Amino acid sequence: MKEKINTIKQKSIEEIENVSDLKSLEDIKIKYLGKKGELTAVLRGMKDLSADERPIIGSLVNEVRDTLEEIIEQKEQQFKREELNQRLQKEKIDITLPSNKLKRGSIHPLNRVIEDIEDLFVSMGYDVVEGPELETDEYCFERLNLPKGHPARDMQDSFYITDKYLLRTQTSSVQARTMVANEEKSPIRIITVGKTYRREDDATHSHQFNQIEGLVIDKKERNVSLADLKGTLEVFVRKIIGANLDLRFRPSYFPFTEPSYEVDVTCFKCGGKGCNLCKQTGWIEVLGSGMVHPNVLKINGYDPEKYRGFAFGTGIDRLAMFRYGITDMRYLYANDVRFLNQFDRKDEE
Amino acid sequence: MILSTNFLKDFVDIDENLDVKTVAEDMTRVGNEYDSAEKLINSTNLIIGEVIECTMHPDSDHLHLCKVNIGTEILNIVCGAPNVREGLKVIVAQVGAELPGDFKIKKGMIRGQESNGMLCALYEIGIDKKFLSEADKNGICELPKNAPIGGDPIKFLELDDNVIDFELTANRGDLLSILGMAYEVGAIYDKQVKLPDLTHNESGEDISKEFETKVETEDCKLFLTRKVKDVKIMESPDFIKNRLIASGIRPINNVVDISNYVMLELGQPLHFYDADNLGNKIVVRQAEENEKLITLDNQERILSKEDIVITDGKKAVGLAGVMGGLNTEVEENTKNVIIEAAIFDSVKVRKTSNKILRSEASNRFEKGLDPARTYMAIERACNLLEKYANTTVVTGMLKYDTTDNREKDIEIEYSFINDVLGANISKEDIIDTFRKLNFKTKPNEEFVTVTVPTRRIDISIKEDLVEEVGRIYGVNNIEGRLPIVPMKRGTVNKTIRKIRNKMSNLGLNETLSYILINDKDVKRFTTDEFEPLKLLAPITEERNTLRYSMIPSLYKIYEYNKARENKDVCIFEIGKGFWKRQEEYGEDKKICVLMTGKFYNKIGYNEEVNFYDIKGVTEELLDFLGYGGRYSFILPKQMPQEFHPGQTAEISVNNDIVGIVGRIHPEIEKEDVFVMEVNLDKLLAKKVGKMKFKEISKFPVVKKDLSILVDKNIESKEIETKIKKKAGKLLLDIKVFDLYEGKNIDNNKKSLAYSLTFGDQNRTLNDEEINEIMDKVIEDLEKSGMQLRK
Repeated sequence: MKEKINTIKQKSIEEIENVSDLKSLEDIKIKYLGKKGELTAVLRGMKDLSADERPIIGSLVNEVRDTLEEIIEQKEQQFKREELNQRLQKEKIDITLPSNKLKRGSIHPLNRVIEDIEDLFVSMGYDVVEGPELETDEYCFERLNLPKGHPARDMQDSFYITDKYLLRTQTSSVQARTMVANEEKSPIRIITVGKTYRREDDATHSHQFNQIEGLVIDKKERNVSLADLKGTLEVFVRKIIGANLDLRFRPSYFPFTEPSYEVDVTCFKCGGKGCNLCKQTGWIEVLGSGMVHPNVLKINGYDPEKYRGFAFGTGIDRLAMFRYGITDMRYLYANDVRFLNQFDRKDEE
Repeated sequence: MILSTNFLKDFVDIDENLDVKTVAEDMTRVGNEYDSAEKLINSTNLIIGEVIECTMHPDSDHLHLCKVNIGTEILNIVCGAPNVREGLKVIVAQVGAELPGDFKIKKGMIRGQESNGMLCALYEIGIDKKFLSEADKNGICELPKNAPIGGDPIKFLELDDNVIDFELTANRGDLLSILGMAYEVGAIYDKQVKLPDLTHNESGEDISKEFETKVETEDCKLFLTRKVKDVKIMESPDFIKNRLIASGIRPINNVVDISNYVMLELGQPLHFYDADNLGNKIVVRQAEENEKLITLDNQERILSKEDIVITDGKKAVGLAGVMGGLNTEVEENTKNVIIEAAIFDSVKVRKTSNKILRSEASNRFEKGLDPARTYMAIERACNLLEKYANTTVVTGMLKYDTTDNREKDIEIEYSFINDVLGANISKEDIIDTFRKLNFKTKPNEEFVTVTVPTRRIDISIKEDLVEEVGRIYGVNNIEGRLPIVPMKRGTVNKTIRKIRNKMSNLGLNETLSYILINDKDVKRFTTDEFEPLKLLAPITEERNTLRYSMIPSLYKIYEYNKARENKDVCIFEIGKGFWKRQEEYGEDKKICVLMTGKFYNKIGYNEEVNFYDIKGVTEELLDFLGYGGRYSFILPKQMPQEFHPGQTAEISVNNDIVGIVGRIHPEIEKEDVFVMEVNLDKLLAKKVGKMKFKEISKFPVVKKDLSILVDKNIESKEIETKIKKKAGKLLLDIKVFDLYEGKNIDNNKKSLAYSLTFGDQNRTLNDEEINEIMDKVIEDLEKSGMQLRK
């Protein structure tokens, strides 16, 4: 009996080992372990054995059955794995082929800089306000202490539509609008950003360009001073243009501020050594600024005896050119998609 | 304004060793920016020589072989100048010399003859030909006999000068004079200013006996007249000529030069009339309409009522503030001269000069003049004419003066200065600053009274004085700080920014276009009523009008790219359109999209942008802004003729048209180009509800498909509406999932397949009720002649 069992064991193991597919394995399982299988038959024949032999043979059969089941299970797993591997192999694709996607969009470099500037000033408590581009002479000039015939109007040859209406030459018109609109005449801390227009067009001047303008007005007791203007512009320059730049305040003249200053910044190109961009001076003129002229306060309803303020403004086009290394201003307005496509990612932090 | 440092030294002592660049930088620091600062003559290695032998070159009909003694040696030099000759003292550029235009002198052979240098004309060493006499323009410079051999010709000719070209601010008319510059430089280096010599003799009867002046216009504020007799017209002395040249003015003769010289010194333009051609009278009045005058430059000028003219009582002899008349010009044979020193209304002069001619004189009149200088200038002219034109000055001066000549006093608290500047400058330093500026002061405990000299017409209020202190004390000495204000976060409307991000995330490039377009394009792509806004004075006709629609701007961008083989153009821009309606002027914020070429990248997918792509972008935008379910695309009532009539829709939100989307008419653009424009001001004015969570149903939904055969011209929207109406509120969603035209279907039919989703928040729907609904829907569709496809 024992021998028979061992023969079955040997034979079946051999068969299992040689099996080549899942189906044949199943057959073998049935052949030995099925209801009518060979090993099952041995169990059935146990009733003919003596009481002594029965438990010995019984445990032997069980042992062999456990072994066979285990081997078959292993074999089964092996086949399933192979089958899966084959399928995966078949499903392999060329991962280097191009992806499916929409065309990539982009944000214009100028608006990128504008958003940064807005964020900076918002964090310092400024409100961002807007004003019309089609302005009246009143807000563009007269309310900014530039009466008709003022020589400073020489500097800004303008695009007039009628005697009264023109395309704003400067975002400063929003200063006047903000002051007039603020009926309580409470303190003001605003910036405004937008398009401006002047009657000139050459390699370095576009008839349309962008400015940012800031205005702070507060009660005299709060001491809004030139020093505060300086500190504010230092933050602006170092956050927006370059962390290591120096500023030079140069007295100048604007009708809407007194005292007035132009602000030079260490030449971004040469770092102050002198180059053709800075005309060998080491400085680049960047901002116009000053303390709000008492006439401007008065014209727009603020008592210059009680309030004081500062204002500043700058062109953004050049800042954008500097930030992205754009070599010619005309790129900004040509809108060549080969240019636009380059601004399709987030700025570095 | 060009400043000659030699000229400046007449009025203020500055350190001889002070470098011209340093002066220019220091001036910039106090607010006077400069363009260039350099030597008047930049040539190097020049020496005075004498031609000791001069023979014709054997192989040339115009070259000379010269032996030139330069003291230390005799040089052989080949020279082509017609005026070179033996015994002439000349300017020699030695080997190694550098002349303007990057011209280096080298040893060389000229037609086989050795040449070790060059004999120079004045224009070759760096003086512009426009300043030179005919002789100097055509030949080498002939130095006088006393020129020392071996000496420095630039020093000898007193051309060793430096020039700084300042770009002055519009308010500093006082700096359009060397004296004004001297006060400024004096303030920087704390040096005293020296005034020019005004003394002269007078003789004969008073001028009033032989001459009269009459002023008949308020625009003439001050008019002074003097007469000088027996002038001797000749060349000016070198120092006058050199200073004029350094300042950019061409020397003419001593008398004319003196009028220019005084203008440079004091900033007051003068005019000299030939007294014998003028007669015995001057009348200043407004010009008559179309009155004619031939000015000194021999141009006939046609004047109008706004212009001021100087007349001899009958005809115009000068255009006030701008230029004199040819008929009374000082010429070679002029004997007697009438001198005019006047002030005219600056705005009027500016208008006239803008219209007719800008001159050195008009530039000064426009910026405003100091009456004290007018009086100085006329005396200074007499002083110089006496010295350099051998003239006698007639006794007395005719005077018409309506100006306020008094100096202004301004009281200013020390604390005010420090408060505005945010500085801590001591009382003493403040007073000392005014002293440096030559402003008289009366100091008190809390404030100082400052007497502002009449030359500083730019100073009228306290704040102006603060600027002066800041300037001279040095703004860069003030420490920056941030305003002390209540803490708050600023506000910014983020909607536009979010739209910009959304559109770029949809795959569009943001552009930035010009708002000025050609008037021919302004009414294109729209049927809206408005009056175009044209510029009064455009730079070019191409950009003479403000755009209304942004589509012409973006279409131009498309054309630009197309010309450069950039075929895939999918762009957007947020900008403004401008209009006039009745008497109202306005502008609207708009968003415009243009799409053409490929938008979706996938291997084997070669479809180009079509209507449904740009419609999709539009819906994305509207859904993003919260208008989902409230918009529709409808056939325009009036189709702008630039659009394809079969592929264009108006965008309606809350039953109000906010924009248009469609294909550009194939007759205009043969490529498939699609555009969309939405008036953002109009759209964003429509309120949007709060974004709020809606409970998700716990019960299953039932999906049913419906395939319908309809006439081609029936819009899907119509079918959808019918289905929705009949299906009632259990229908949660309806989507078109297939469109079929072609084989097995009539030519004029199309098949549309819809997927319907039914459900209820509170229960599971049963088959019967859904089937009942579907039956009703189908019955209704069939009644309208639509066929159910099985």
